Amino acid sequence: MAGGRIRARIRRSHLYTFSCLRPSATEEGPHSIEGPGYSRIVHCNQPLMHKKKPLNYRSNYISTTKYNFLTFLPKALYEQFHRVANLYFLGAAIISVTPLSPFSAVSMIAPLAFVVGLSMAKEALEDWRRFMQDMKVNTRKVNVHKEEGIFGNKSWQKVQVGDVVKVEKDQFFPADLLLLSSSYEDGICYVETMNLDGETNLKVKRALEVTLPLDDDEAFKNFTGTIKCEDPNPSLYTFVGNLEYERQLYPLDPSQILLRDSKLRNTAFVYGVVIFTGHDSKVMQNATKSPSKRSRIERKMDYIIYVLFSFLLVISLISSIGFAVKTKFYMPDWWYLQPQSTDDYYNPEKPVVSGVTHLVTALMLYGYLIPISLYVSIEVVKVLQATFINQDIQMYDEETGNPAQARTSNLNEELGQVDTILSDKTGTLTCNQMDFLKCSIAGTAYGVRSSEVELAAAQQMAIDLEDQDVERSTVSRQKGKQQEIELETVVTSKDEKNYKSPIKGFSFEDSRIMKGNWLKEPKADVIKLFFRILAICHTAIPELNEETSSYTYEAESPDEGAFLVAAREFGFEFFKRTQSSVFIHERYSSSGQPIEREFKILNMLEFTSKRKRMTVIVRDEDGQILLLCKGADSIIFDRLSKNGKMYEEDTTRHLNEYGEAGLRTLALAYRKLEESEYSAWNNEFQKAKTSIGADREAMLEKVADMMERELILIGATAVEDKLQKGVPQCIDKLAQAGLKIWVLTGDKMETAINIGYACSLLRQGMKQICITAISSDAKEVVKENILMQITNASQMIKLEKDPHAAFALIIDGKTLAYALGDDMKQQFLGLAVDCASVICCRVSPKQKALVTRLVKEGTGKTTLAIGDGANDVGMIQEADIGVGISGVEGMQAVMASDFSVAQFRFLERLLVVHGHWCYKRIAQMVCYFFYKNIAFGLTLFYFEAFTGFSGQSVYDDWYMLLFNVVLTSLPVISLGVFEQDVSSEVCLQFPALYQQGPRNLFFDWYRILGWMGNGLYSSLIIFFLNIIIFYDQAFRAGGQTADMAALGTTMFTCIIWALNCQIALTMSHFTWIQHLFIWGSIVTWYLFLFIYGMVSPTISGNAYQILVEALAPAPIYWSATLLVTVACNLPYMAHISFQRCFHPLDHHIIQEIKYYRKDVEDQRMWSRERSKARQKTKIGFTARVDAKIRQLRGRLQRKQPSLETHSPMSPS
Amino acid sequence: MEMNNNGAATSSAAAGGGGVSTSTSDSSSAAKRNSKKPKYSRFTQQELPACKPILTPGLVITTFTIIGIIFIPIGLVSLSASEHVVEIVDRYDEGCVPPNYSKDKLAYIQSSLTNKSCTRTLNVPKLMKSPVFIYYQLDNFYQNHRRYVKSRSDKQLRSKAYERDTKSCDPEGFVLDGPIVPCGLIAWSLFNDTYGFSVKSKMLEVNKKNIAWDSDKEHKFGSDVYPKNFQSGGLIGGAKLNSSIPLSEQEDLIVWMRTAALPTFRKLYGRIEEDLQANEQITVVIQNNYNTYSFGGKKKLVLSTTSWIGGKNDFLGIAYISVGGLCLFLAVSFILLYVIKPRPLGDPSYLSWNRSPSGHPN
Repeated sequence: MAGGRIRARIRRSHLYTFSCLRPSATEEGPHSIEGPGYSRIVHCNQPLMHKKKPLNYRSNYISTTKYNFLTFLPKALYEQFHRVANLYFLGAAIISVTPLSPFSAVSMIAPLAFVVGLSMAKEALEDWRRFMQDMKVNTRKVNVHKEEGIFGNKSWQKVQVGDVVKVEKDQFFPADLLLLSSSYEDGICYVETMNLDGETNLKVKRALEVTLPLDDDEAFKNFTGTIKCEDPNPSLYTFVGNLEYERQLYPLDPSQILLRDSKLRNTAFVYGVVIFTGHDSKVMQNATKSPSKRSRIERKMDYIIYVLFSFLLVISLISSIGFAVKTKFYMPDWWYLQPQSTDDYYNPEKPVVSGVTHLVTALMLYGYLIPISLYVSIEVVKVLQATFINQDIQMYDEETGNPAQARTSNLNEELGQVDTILSDKTGTLTCNQMDFLKCSIAGTAYGVRSSEVELAAAQQMAIDLEDQDVERSTVSRQKGKQQEIELETVVTSKDEKNYKSPIKGFSFEDSRIMKGNWLKEPKADVIKLFFRILAICHTAIPELNEETSSYTYEAESPDEGAFLVAAREFGFEFFKRTQSSVFIHERYSSSGQPIEREFKILNMLEFTSKRKRMTVIVRDEDGQILLLCKGADSIIFDRLSKNGKMYEEDTTRHLNEYGEAGLRTLALAYRKLEESEYSAWNNEFQKAKTSIGADREAMLEKVADMMERELILIGATAVEDKLQKGVPQCIDKLAQAGLKIWVLTGDKMETAINIGYACSLLRQGMKQICITAISSDAKEVVKENILMQITNASQMIKLEKDPHAAFALIIDGKTLAYALGDDMKQQFLGLAVDCASVICCRVSPKQKALVTRLVKEGTGKTTLAIGDGANDVGMIQEADIGVGISGVEGMQAVMASDFSVAQFRFLERLLVVHGHWCYKRIAQMVCYFFYKNIAFGLTLFYFEAFTGFSGQSVYDDWYMLLFNVVLTSLPVISLGVFEQDVSSEVCLQFPALYQQGPRNLFFDWYRILGWMGNGLYSSLIIFFLNIIIFYDQAFRAGGQTADMAALGTTMFTCIIWALNCQIALTMSHFTWIQHLFIWGSIVTWYLFLFIYGMVSPTISGNAYQILVEALAPAPIYWSATLLVTVACNLPYMAHISFQRCFHPLDHHIIQEIKYYRKDVEDQRMWSRERSKARQKTKIGFTARVDAKIRQLRGRLQRKQPSLETHSPMSPS
Repeated sequence: MEMNNNGAATSSAAAGGGGVSTSTSDSSSAAKRNSKKPKYSRFTQQELPACKPILTPGLVITTFTIIGIIFIPIGLVSLSASEHVVEIVDRYDEGCVPPNYSKDKLAYIQSSLTNKSCTRTLNVPKLMKSPVFIYYQLDNFYQNHRRYVKSRSDKQLRSKAYERDTKSCDPEGFVLDGPIVPCGLIAWSLFNDTYGFSVKSKMLEVNKKNIAWDSDKEHKFGSDVYPKNFQSGGLIGGAKLNSSIPLSEQEDLIVWMRTAALPTFRKLYGRIEEDLQANEQITVVIQNNYNTYSFGGKKKLVLSTTSWIGGKNDFLGIAYISVGGLCLFLAVSFILLYVIKPRPLGDPSYLSWNRSPSGHPN
């Protein structure tokens, strides 16, 4: 854009012949604005009037933060103690200062303070980031009228209602504005509303006639006016208001309103008056609070916590009943406790009171069953995992400079369990850039370059075919290797080439018609006409870039831009548009000299989604009247004249080829008109145009339709809707990982289907189920019809015998509105789930969110939504995981998302590598946590039973404090952060491994209960072995017997050993960090014991010198440790050994292959397994290739039935 | 910080020279872009060198075998050590009550008038090498009860200065005259049976020195702390203490104050530093003072020698042998299973997509 001078203003509203279809605003009288909901009064250009009540509207300052300095503490604390577990620990901490507590107060309060403090710090940090983001927006600068016609910069947050602002090209509007005038004389401007509704085409806004003169800075010197309008509301498409200007009342409608966060395009500048600011603006009114999401594992963890809570309650009850019984019946006999002089707690007379108070004590004592440290450890682990995601250099996008970002860390493991991906199209799958790639002119196909899809498919085909070859005949390994390398280099070189595409929008290559060579082609005149159509039949405006002195085009759709660039490259440069003419430089002509040609535009029949075609009627320099038409092939083919079908057959073939290659196609046709014929028609047309009434539109269409007949086909174009880098590959991989991909797009159905082909979500031979609403007024009829379509389709799928048959469901927004109704959504979902791909087109942001919710709640599986624009915010927030594409200018999607990546293709790594790892890590970690706390907590219970249920613990307070905080926390954190079952390359090479997550192999109840059982077993072993070993006899040669401290310390030593060895057995990946933490924890325990034994006995009590003096010299201490440690881990060890030997999981085998370096030795096997390690998939180009191979083989088998026995591998 | 400096430098350069400005601003924007690029390190990319041990059958079998091979000898040694320990246990709580009180043992033990002494004869089954340790064993006595365990003041025991620190000692903290030293229920219920030993009417010396931990004597029980107001209240619990001997030398008390972990426990009473020959008859004169009758606790006198594993403890040896045996059994069964159903390591045919008949896991 830099340096490109804004072209001269032209009046161009008449170009839009169909613009007269728009109801003219002036026809109606001013709105009657009164009553509630219409109280807003804006004094234009008098912002000072809005400084005091009642007009003191909200400022333009926005804030999306949850807290501020004052509310942070109470609000964040409330959030924290909202969690049941935290509340429990708070209660425990409060009680711990009373004598009821079995522990010292600090051992209860310190961990709680740590946990809560850490979580709050995280909240604060996240909120701070949000604040910074807001500040960035708030401090953006905009040109505001200061006084006396002078404009100056002001930050957005200072903009007030009533301010006149001047917004320049490609700037965002700072608030909701009333458009006064633009750089165009007729006061129109183009607005991109991608951030609001995701639509990429530009919208035209139009100022009131009366304000048109206000088109330079000076004009605002004395400008005043009053707007009375509706109150702030979230409806983006309505606006009701009146402008009082120069004592006249003018009605306002949405076409004069410029919404905040939309962008000015193709227009040099506009002036506007601020109506709604800040949170009053429509887009902010639309903002919903981002819901707090929790991962599946975390939700399941809650259930486990409840189970443990009940368990805790049960054993506490047992304990307190035991205590009450003991106190009532036995305590009176225990004279050494002086039962006659006790407080209530031990009073045998009041067993109920003592029982109840003991319940409190017991609940605290066994609190170790509910791991408080679990929450803090998980928080720590997730933050670290998120850091790894942020730091992953392979998810860093060089072009935009954006790394992947985990914006919330509490969904990391959810990434490993995704079942369905709901993707936006524009900006996510595609770059929204069209490249002219191929064309078919007069039955000849031009354009040698292949589309990305073709390239990728060809590659895949090569790999697969090679594998097959290898399977059949033992080709030397060397060759296979070589080929693979070749393929690899092809991929990389291709990527580079794409990266340096020389001309934006044009990647055509064919020497036959480039550089003027088309003149030598046999049908040169047809080719010339073809190019002329490209250059003339459009609505774009040229713009001279002074730096390069070439023209760029401002087109309404990127397709059109691509056509113009193509025409320019072919030598038909469109350079000027006047009110009635289009001017073209023709570089190559028969005379050899560049010629400037003028084409008079007589009529222009605009493209609409209903018409699916565009026509211009021009008069060329020779006076010949031509009708030039481009449109969807089906429409054009219907309108061909008898002698215009010369190239129909060839063109159809080419169109099919293009379609399969994922290209967007249009057919071009023309018709020569006689003067009389034209003028007759034009009269009709003008009549229709000037008619007033409801059926004007229908009439115009009818008249237009009359003309667009008897066409002569000359060819077709194929434009590549440029996919983002690596999208087809990524989709293929994701499909192989067993993920379902739905595309939800606001685009037209044809576009969506084309993209479906481009990224292999659709393929030839797939049965497409298009569900559309019939146009009928009766809702019931429509509904019934849709329901019938759905049931029919479901029936068809059920009856399908071929296992390879794939179905694609395509549905548009209007139909979806019915299908999402309560009475139909289950059937719809059932059908959608049975289809290999689902494409929803023309859906509104709200429908996107509804579809997401339907999938999420209907299937009960994890959904991931990915999108880039503000229109995706709803679905991003609704899905279990929302991923935003960063790097585009609008940040709404990213702001609402849980993860952001720069490109769609990074999704593969995010899910298949990080998701897989995080899922396994968290699952293992949580399981281990429950194991560890059960193993530890239950020993407390057993011991208490031996103390007459009095609530005495066998361990020193300090041991217990350190247990969770120091001695066992770091190893488990290292498990949660660093564990890798297989390396990242293997994750990518074997996408099937991902299925371990969605199938929840590592966090099912079987496994959880297994671990709990293991914990129970360990607690029994630890407690009873030690009790029996240290029962009553001397424990060392010196004759001393073990007291409580000695027994407790030994037991605790056993626990530390057993738990740390257990985690070592659990891990499969040891870096120095794991070694340090695991073995370091054990060493720390001995160190602690040593140091604790050194401090004054008033602190250490009975643990004074216990290691040095009592335990270390006693062989039985060490032998008990060894025995218990081994006995605790024996069953688990046997279990995993058995499982690995006889029921290995996939990652076990792969670990072994890697361990024995078999992948290096036998690369053939490795690559074969890699290609087999896919989920059964019907989408992606692998599936496409498979289908092709099946087809080929089918043919082969028919020829040679004997071959059947030879095919060892059936592709699937 | 570095980034900021860079930015400042380039912007000033841009202001200075017009021609270069584009290139510098380009490079600065490039630098700015690259500033978000994650730094490569093996740590952040999760590529730290790691050992990835896997449980191969060989490793499993070896591990189990090694554990078995180590554990069984340890078990045997422990068992033999335990075998060498000679232990005599004599329960005397019932036998020491005169027959006329057998219905009302409590009255007997609580009366200050009854004769508490009692003579028992023990037979030495085997040679008991000196030192022979004398224990008393109490049963059903909840020394580990929370009320009991907490009822002491370590500060008071340690130094005279904290004499009045009896907060935790209720209801044995104060009497009218002042604080009780040593305070609390543990001290108050001190065991007070005494034993006298003789063989063939020759008295056996009982060494009661050094029966407590040295650290307790030296650091936990003060040498300047003397018993005070002890057992002077309305209730008399157990033994009285000689108020002229500092706590650090009251070893019976020190041993008693180390609360036992279980309701059945032994505590060291003293040592006989002579060998006791096999089949010798030992006569024990017991002063049966301590009341275990009210809660039905047994009282036992134990004479025992020790070995390196302490007293008589067959369990440790048996446990070692069983775990070791189990490991060997596991090793053998793994070998067998592996012979019957071998699985070559890293054999891709075991991958799920090769195993399930459909060719794919679903």
